[in-house]
Amino acid sequence: MLDRSTVLESVGEQDTVAQLQARIKAMQATKLDSKLIPTHPAIAGLLPGGGLQQGAAYSIDRSAMLLMTLLAAPSAAGTWCGIVGMPEFGVEAAQHFGVDLDRLVLVPHPGDQWLAVTAAVADVMEVVVTRPPKRATDSSVARLAARLRQRGTTLLVLGPWPQTEAMLSLSQSEWHGIGEGHGHLAAREVTVTVTSRTAGRPRSARLWLPDAGEAVRRAENRAVQPLPERQLA
Amino acid sequence: MSPHTRRAPVLRLDRRPSSGSAFPASTVGAELPGAEPPRVAVLWCPDWPVTAAAQHEKLPPDAPIALVTKNLVFASSGSARAEGVVRGLRVREAQARQPGLVVLDYDPALDSRAFEPIIAAMEELVPGVQVLRPGLCAVRVRGAARYYGGERAAGLFLAGRADEEGAGGARVGIADGIFTADQAARRASAGAGSGQAVRIVPAGEAASFLEPLGIGLLDDEQLVTLLRRLGIRTLGAFAQLDAADVFTRFGPGGARLHSLASGRDSWPLTPRTPPRDLDAVVQFEPALDRVDQVAFGVRTAAEGFIDALTAAKLVCTAIRVELDSDSGELSERVWLHPRSFTPADVVDRVRWQLQGAGEVGLKSGVTRVRVSPESVDAIGNHEGGLWGAGPDERVHHGLSRVQSMLGHGAVLMPSVGGGRTLSDRQQLVAWGDRPPDGRAPGAKPVDQPWPGRLPDPLPGTVFSPRHPVHVLSADGASVEVGDRGTVSAPPVRFSANSSEVRRLTAWAGPWAIDERWWSADARSAWRFQAVDETGCAWLLVLDAGGWWAEARYD
Repeated sequence: MLDRSTVLESVGEQDTVAQLQARIKAMQATKLDSKLIPTHPAIAGLLPGGGLQQGAAYSIDRSAMLLMTLLAAPSAAGTWCGIVGMPEFGVEAAQHFGVDLDRLVLVPHPGDQWLAVTAAVADVMEVVVTRPPKRATDSSVARLAARLRQRGTTLLVLGPWPQTEAMLSLSQSEWHGIGEGHGHLAAREVTVTVTSRTAGRPRSARLWLPDAGEAVRRAENRAVQPLPERQLA
Repeated sequence: MSPHTRRAPVLRLDRRPSSGSAFPASTVGAELPGAEPPRVAVLWCPDWPVTAAAQHEKLPPDAPIALVTKNLVFASSGSARAEGVVRGLRVREAQARQPGLVVLDYDPALDSRAFEPIIAAMEELVPGVQVLRPGLCAVRVRGAARYYGGERAAGLFLAGRADEEGAGGARVGIADGIFTADQAARRASAGAGSGQAVRIVPAGEAASFLEPLGIGLLDDEQLVTLLRRLGIRTLGAFAQLDAADVFTRFGPGGARLHSLASGRDSWPLTPRTPPRDLDAVVQFEPALDRVDQVAFGVRTAAEGFIDALTAAKLVCTAIRVELDSDSGELSERVWLHPRSFTPADVVDRVRWQLQGAGEVGLKSGVTRVRVSPESVDAIGNHEGGLWGAGPDERVHHGLSRVQSMLGHGAVLMPSVGGGRTLSDRQQLVAWGDRPPDGRAPGAKPVDQPWPGRLPDPLPGTVFSPRHPVHVLSADGASVEVGDRGTVSAPPVRFSANSSEVRRLTAWAGPWAIDERWWSADARSAWRFQAVDETGCAWLLVLDAGGWWAEARYD
């Protein structure tokens, strides 16, 4: 009896602690009045704050097409974009997604000067895409994060990153137009899930990435299938 | 078409026996009244474009060379001409006439550039050189004749000096006026050094020298055609026409040609202003073989180079860097700059050129570095705005910093070119090297249809280099494609290495690429698209080297 009540009490306490921690985390956001940079409308609603924020880092789980969708809106608005450490970035696909190649700069092989190069590019570009060569050290990440906040540069990281504003991942990818030996890849439906450390639970949406007309839009006529329980971060 | 060549001439031109010298100059408006033709020496380098190209390519001067432009022969060397390779011939035909022919592209800029040392040498000897075109220049000869003790001596001296600079048998003609001197130079005989390289037409004898020459030497095709139809075939016959009549009928232009034909070319020489020597040259003795040593040695010269440009109210947007090495190699390259060069930029370019061992690097120590401005612009066009420089300049500074960390080729600007494969279509040019039209050098035209290219959407990840994979059918055998495009068995799974096997849920293909089958760089492959069980799609290629994963749709 006594044991049972303490267990119940401790469960209640755990809930309270979790709630309080969530509130503290929300108040400890990297910036209070972050400005937003232009973001694709299909994805903006999923992100915390309603879009990509200046000076924040976002982690994208190995999808170049999602990355290009995120790059297209700021690039079309006149922003310079830099891509560091991604020799396999598909330039022509980026152009089809709406990235302006005249304001795109690639540094495919930064080698062991990855941090210095990313910082130098982040100084002059408003959106920087990078893939850390290996697990970057915490001190270098902290230094880069400080530089990003100071310059107001948005960092899109392909792969894991310790201090992300949000993490975007793809699941349930379904290609259309291709069969067993006939047709060709024409369109793809995919579930985009955004996990954020400030917002409580992951938000996801079903997207055409891309649809048959090479546009990215919400797949409205189909309900979002419930995600299986999965640790995303 | 001018009416002159269609109709009979409206004016009757009567030919008078000898009225040339008694002609009152004041009736002709185009001529300066009473002006005496100046004594002029014209230096002519025969076949100059060929000589310049041979020097640049380090070919022997007697090699059979043809310079071509638009698939037609523009100029040819003496040995090629002896085999019938003449101007205007198609390249194929020229090669058929002379199988050992060296065919080079004609480059007018090279002509002018190679002539520059000869002009500089002439200017050292005689002040006031007028460049008529590359390979042909004129100087006033009066002072030089007095200094060297006679016109012939002066002419021989000029020709000899030009030959020292590599003019390849220069000839000199000395006469009254540029036109006559030019014709005299072309009629000097070839044996240079024997005193025959100079042809002198004594003062006042220009008219009699020009008299037997053909009318075709005048540079006006319409007038020449008309005069030929009138039966006037020599310059002397044209000169005998009454000057007033010629002026009335043909206007100032005709009157000018008439005075040329009668040896009264009174136009004064307009000497060029020698350009300021802005080149920076650094000699190293002994030769340096380390990049940082050379870069350090160039630093002061680079600052002086930019200071001199600034003093001339110029900025430099392209430089030419020449590196001479101990073993006689010459590495030469033009570097562009999106804004304008600073001393540090110049030093960087020299360093990059030394480091680029694959392209233009040297194998022995460096003895001389020469930096010359390739294109300059007025400094006013490059001044920063009142409220600081624009955003692009900030971007440029940041990227230049990255370039100085990693090297020139590490920062790339992408563009899309033509072609069928993804790597063909993706063109990357180093930051700062992009030509103004934005098209990457060597890129194929993008506006052509390129049948056989990938259908949209395109893969976001293009592997470079592509990964070798195994594509297997249900029974575990590798999937093959027959000659007629039939697949041996449907692909069921593929793997990059033996541990991770991906099952395929859908596939399409094969699509053939068969490019340039007629040439040595022929390429033939089969392309497939495939979707694996995780919903990730792949572009797989089967060629002679096996299966490859070329790109991923992720």
